[in-house]
Amino acid sequence: MSRNSANGGANRSLPSRLRSRFEGPNTIGESRGFWVGFAVAVAALVVYPVFGDGSQLSLFMVLALLGLSLSVVWGYSGVLSFGQVVFFGIGAYTFGVVSINFATPGGITAAVVAGIVVGGLSAAILGYFMFYGGVRDVYVTIITLVSTIVMHTFMAQTAGSEWAIGEAALGGFNGMPDIPLLTLGIEGASYQFIYNPFPMRVVGIGAFEISPFYYLVLLLLVGTYLALRALVNSDYGRVMVAVREDEDRTEMFGYNVTRVKFVVFTLGGALAGLSGVLYAARNVYIDPTVFSLLFATLPVIWVSIGGRKSLLGAVVATLAVEYLRISMAGELALVLLGTLLLVTILVLPSGFVPWLHEQIVETRLGPGEAGGADAPDAPSEVSD
Amino acid sequence: MSDTETESDIDSLGPNVRQTAAELATGDRTDTLLQTDGLVKQFGGFTATDDVDFSVSEGELRCLIGPNGAGKSTLLNLITGTYEASDGSIYYNGHDITNLDPHERVSRGISMKFQVPSVYGDLSVRENVRLPVQQFADGEERRRLVAEAIEAAGLTGYEDVAAGQLSHGQQQQLEIGMAAALEPDLLLLDEPVAGLDVAEREAIAERIRRLNEEQGIAFVVIEHDTDFVASIAEEVTVLHNGEVFREGPIGEIESDSEVQRIYLGGES
Repeated sequence: MSRNSANGGANRSLPSRLRSRFEGPNTIGESRGFWVGFAVAVAALVVYPVFGDGSQLSLFMVLALLGLSLSVVWGYSGVLSFGQVVFFGIGAYTFGVVSINFATPGGITAAVVAGIVVGGLSAAILGYFMFYGGVRDVYVTIITLVSTIVMHTFMAQTAGSEWAIGEAALGGFNGMPDIPLLTLGIEGASYQFIYNPFPMRVVGIGAFEISPFYYLVLLLLVGTYLALRALVNSDYGRVMVAVREDEDRTEMFGYNVTRVKFVVFTLGGALAGLSGVLYAARNVYIDPTVFSLLFATLPVIWVSIGGRKSLLGAVVATLAVEYLRISMAGELALVLLGTLLLVTILVLPSGFVPWLHEQIVETRLGPGEAGGADAPDAPSEVSD
Repeated sequence: MSDTETESDIDSLGPNVRQTAAELATGDRTDTLLQTDGLVKQFGGFTATDDVDFSVSEGELRCLIGPNGAGKSTLLNLITGTYEASDGSIYYNGHDITNLDPHERVSRGISMKFQVPSVYGDLSVRENVRLPVQQFADGEERRRLVAEAIEAAGLTGYEDVAAGQLSHGQQQQLEIGMAAALEPDLLLLDEPVAGLDVAEREAIAERIRRLNEEQGIAFVVIEHDTDFVASIAEEVTVLHNGEVFREGPIGEIESDSEVQRIYLGGES
């Protein structure tokens, strides 16, 4: 037994103990170097709008939340869901309907909450019938895929005037326009997170443009990433991973596997709902293409390429793939996506980010000493 | 036990354990831990277990033998709840557990090691053992129990090794350790020494004997090797075609000409 485990880690400093909450065998990065790199990356994202297109990057970061929702559900709990876009779309439409009908700061704030809650509730309802109905493995994938088709078909036929909820017309393929700008707070104490940049001037830097929405999304993305790191490295996260690895074995350790999958699926739905809310708020518009098969496939591609057992991989791959996809016009983008997916499956089945991490660790320690992304170390022992 | 609780226990028992229930009521308690009553499992038109009455006493070490397809693994999976019984009942500590989910049966004291080692290959030995222990222990106690379980499995020094990198025998030891870490009253082992060499088999046998003697854990062990069976168990149940064919001391079973003819290679 190591000295650390013997004293229970009581001698470790507060930052070290705090850091241990975000570290463990289920995530990449347990060194001081990783966290320095993480801080540099976040700092780079903070200053990025000064030099680049923050508006476009804010969209990619919104989608990264959707990627994270699938990473938790599929990568960490073994439930391959094509239905994350269903909860994403439901969250977006809910935000649109509520915010259009209650276009005040308090109403829009309530719309944000409603979008997240309804997204999570939708996942809870679908998950309840699937998991408590005994549906497992590939059949969950099929049902979630079908649910996207059902939603796409249903929303596409809502063009008539009868398909309106209060002031909000669903609009069929024309979509739902005129969604209010994201405003959080109550009357007299609110802030509008506009998505388009506005000019600023800082002495020493000069003139540049920033978007409050960009920084809100960045804050949410970093916060969500860290919260999910803490989750997957907690006792509950250990059970999630065990469910992914072997459901029957985990059940025989006394864990209610059905409930674990249900809870994680609901959490993933709520996270996808948050992503949908931000998507609708950024675009001030939503239409049924968010339920299309192509869009339903994108999160699976992001997470596969980045590394489905890596939260960081999901974020990095979403940003990178979406940048490439948007930069390339039309069908060439689809060819690129397919090629990337094939190369990843054939050459890097664990995903790009875990592979890159392994290379870095091997370079640092030498090939014989590298334990790989999932190898535990002493701090993980004292994290209890 | 109050009168009400005694009546409740009696009501929950099936016809084959009526005597036990009566003994409970009169205070002449028997030590029956597990009892199946007419247990049937059908897969389509195939009957894997047929009207099986099977019992295990507290602290007993019982082996289950029989040819492939006799229904041994099916019986264990019925006891754990992995399979849903087509008919019949299962009683544990006098309570009907037939309709409980597997995790609920585990919480009542039943644990199992599957036939194929199913440790979590990507997780370290420590992480594997921590999974069952974290349910009921935290902090220093958790660390102590995890360390003890690893030591009992003979895996000290392997704490940070990925379980998938262990040898087959080490994985079997680890999985038994994980199942035992739950501190069960009844531990079901499905072919724990399959594919192991002589030294590894003896190590597993010793482990089972110690857990039985020192912690009082009752065992049901499926095994084909009668030498191994004889080394750990006094009582043996023979299954054939999904039915209980013989039950008795290992010496009697080994010398039973019908058993030899049908189950132990004597049948041509």
